[in-house]
Amino acid sequence: MSHQDALIETDIAAYLERHEQKSLLRFITCGSVDDGKSTLIGRLLYDSKMIFEDQLASLEADSKKSGTQGENIDFALLVDGLAAEREQGITIDVAYRFFSTEKRKFIVADTPGHEQYTRNMATGASTADLAILLIDARRGILTQTRRHAFITTSVGIRRIVLAVNKMDLVDYDQGVFNEIVREFNEFAEELATDIEIEAIPMSALAGDNITGPQGNTDWYDGPSLMEYLETVPVDTVSTSAPFRMPIQWVNRPNLDFRGFSGQIAAGTIRPGDRIKTLPSARESVVSRIVTMDGDLEEASAGQSVTLTLEDEVDTSRGDVLVSAEEPAEVSDQFQSRILWMSDTDMLPGRRYLMKIGAKTVTATVNAPKYRIDVNDLQDRPAKTLSLNEIGVCTLSLDQPIAFDPYDSVREMGGFILIDRLSNDTVGMGLIDFALRRASNIHWQALDIDRDALAEQKGQRPAVLWFTGLSGSGKSTIANALQKRLFALGKHTYTLDGDNVRHGLNRDLGFTDADRVENIRRVSNVARLMTNAGLITLVSFISPFRSERRMARNLMEDGEFVEIFVDTPLSVAEERDVKGLYKKARAGEIKNFTGIDSPYEPPSNPEITINTVEQTPEEAAEDILHWLTENGFLKG
Amino acid sequence: MPTQTHLDRLEAESIHIMREVAAEAENPVMLYSVGKDSAVMLHLAQKAFFPSRLPFPLMHVDTTWKFSEMIEFRNRKAAELGAELIVHTNQEGVEQGVGPFTHGSSNHTDIMKTQALKQALDKYKFDVAFGGARRDEEKSRAKERVFSFRSADHRWNPKNQRPELWNLYNARIKQGESIRVFPISNWTELDIWQYIRRENIEIVPLYFAAKRPVINWNGVDIMVDDDRIPEELRTNPVMKSVRFRTLGCYPLTGAVESDADTLEDIIQEMLLTTSSERQGRTIDHDQSASMEKKKQEGYF
Repeated sequence: MSHQDALIETDIAAYLERHEQKSLLRFITCGSVDDGKSTLIGRLLYDSKMIFEDQLASLEADSKKSGTQGENIDFALLVDGLAAEREQGITIDVAYRFFSTEKRKFIVADTPGHEQYTRNMATGASTADLAILLIDARRGILTQTRRHAFITTSVGIRRIVLAVNKMDLVDYDQGVFNEIVREFNEFAEELATDIEIEAIPMSALAGDNITGPQGNTDWYDGPSLMEYLETVPVDTVSTSAPFRMPIQWVNRPNLDFRGFSGQIAAGTIRPGDRIKTLPSARESVVSRIVTMDGDLEEASAGQSVTLTLEDEVDTSRGDVLVSAEEPAEVSDQFQSRILWMSDTDMLPGRRYLMKIGAKTVTATVNAPKYRIDVNDLQDRPAKTLSLNEIGVCTLSLDQPIAFDPYDSVREMGGFILIDRLSNDTVGMGLIDFALRRASNIHWQALDIDRDALAEQKGQRPAVLWFTGLSGSGKSTIANALQKRLFALGKHTYTLDGDNVRHGLNRDLGFTDADRVENIRRVSNVARLMTNAGLITLVSFISPFRSERRMARNLMEDGEFVEIFVDTPLSVAEERDVKGLYKKARAGEIKNFTGIDSPYEPPSNPEITINTVEQTPEEAAEDILHWLTENGFLKG
Repeated sequence: MPTQTHLDRLEAESIHIMREVAAEAENPVMLYSVGKDSAVMLHLAQKAFFPSRLPFPLMHVDTTWKFSEMIEFRNRKAAELGAELIVHTNQEGVEQGVGPFTHGSSNHTDIMKTQALKQALDKYKFDVAFGGARRDEEKSRAKERVFSFRSADHRWNPKNQRPELWNLYNARIKQGESIRVFPISNWTELDIWQYIRRENIEIVPLYFAAKRPVINWNGVDIMVDDDRIPEELRTNPVMKSVRFRTLGCYPLTGAVESDADTLEDIIQEMLLTTSSERQGRTIDHDQSASMEKKKQEGYF
């Protein structure tokens, strides 16, 4: 790749020794296509000679075909990855680019700038040491610039390069540059007090102040972008902070070795140091720092290691090893900033999974105290958070966890929220502080509605309506199914003739009118049970279509599942488990379905069970499969 | 305390990713292609779980057209580590006699590699498969997540990927879905070579230049590995000092003329060369977005 370094040719070993010692800087570029962001990144790759000649050839061909620079090279084409984006002409995701120079290796998170991509920017910023904010010199500080500055500093970035681009289009006017810098500095004071800003006038297209001056900005005596990126201190997580290491994996090759593996989140550790395991708060002493390259004398933030302890401490994945002198806090209620990342709005009161460090717990998110408008940084009232919105919310967990405020240790205070049904990552959050239990949290007008009740049980309520002849096997199958559901931790109840007709409906007989009333009452009870979040199994002959339709209409859309237990009369009569058919044939029972009262088979049931070919267990398995496929059992 | 170099930081990140998978996946597997990236990935895995053995098996999708030196190397390496090695070959393909000479490179790759991989993942019901892909290899890979989700029919949907924040990975999936995890996503080709050198990692000798018999086939120098090459092509091989920049199926992997027989020489050659790593592979050439299309279809 044509690295222009004489050492490569003359003394490759010396070159490699030097390059092994390079540090790594991760940064994010914020701006839109209009600001020349892709051009800037393309230019950095080009100027650091990270483009091979064959790539260059295809770049030249692509530039002529679909470029926007006429016969010149369109650097933007070098970094616009996916075909879908190329067609739309916008970058829609986070792309990672790599280049290295004499002094450093760089990883660039390239993210789009529009408001609808706030989440992508936050994602890229979460692993970055520094942010480059691109500004079109002709347009100055825009709403978008403020949004980018807010998002990146919220996620904890404290170094910003204000890249005032397209200076060639304002005749390299120093006044324009100074005014933009003044305006931005004024705004940045509102964000945080400890932000370092480096403003650089440049033209990515013409190459001014990218790797060096071109003579067009003689009034500027600061570093070029590349000089700055190569020399700015790398913000590795503070090694002077107190020790923190989430336990990822318990390393147990045999009975004599028990190690705790993880990546150190903060601080430094040495054998002999006293530590605590949180949340259990048991103390011990580090005996060894084990790696495949031999035991270490010391390890610090960022390293992946395995620690052994002097005592047998009962601790496992998700716990955190912390300095005994300066332990982390433990709590189950927090105030946090949340950025919502899903198309589906946040549901206050809903239980989400929360992953923090190596720990996954269940968290209930309260309605936002307010949301922050990313464009003017003003607080706005909010009942929920939609995609790309940022709000301040309290959280309540099902168990206490160890944490540090996000602004102290990123890895100890940053978390993601996961939807339990879709498994999608729906939000990112930053812990600000713990709330004193019960005293600070005010549940804001949270209705305990049917969704909340179902949510609490981790299921979708449903009425599984088994219909079929007497003796067709309805109750047997319902029983088998209920056992399976119970084993899966689902909350169920079965309504059948026996437990309803003996109580609620004991005043009803078997005339057509009584049958209708019987079903009306049972349907309403089933409805109440679904409101309570239960999966309700109803096992009734329910011979008439109209009553089953009435029951269906009573339920929420999609909650009524009609299961036709299809057993031919001859088979049911032959089984005659309860001896009822015999009595009916003998005239001892009147209005018996199938004998002297009609059965109307469902015309369009969700599920049909053929009991001649299937055992009750197989039938239950089929229904379970259907419920899974249709999303009733997730969570 | 010496500051951590870029290789130290990359190593720590890769180890972290592997441990997350070991802790959260039900039935993970490491796809081992025997190449240099796989060699680095395997070395990182040893480090991640030391002193334990690897908590997952290795799996090689064998197209039956791999260099014979690769197969020897693979078997010896697995034995040395005491790792469980699964070798999967698409038997239907074998029965139909599918090969690059008879069926062309794209059919061969599809049937013996893409389809074979899907078969193997389905057969063993692996929920997570480690792969050695890197983001710097190809443009469409720059946006690939570390945890890349595949539907039950192994398709990749670039619009439906999960955000990856900090070092927190959401590894939850539904029945039948799977995840491809790329622990060396953030490594570049140069990082790989530097790390091989720093850690003294053994790689297949084919990467080093040596006198080898080659023939010219479709404009590419192909090594005459053994009698799997059709006889009419095998007649007049030329002995040349060549090496391989990537290792795949030998009829699809062009040799480059070279005298680089040490790691330093290879790195020097790479740094001074003017064509990118994938150029020696035939699958990328057709159209510029071809890798993306392959990936959507389930190619790794």
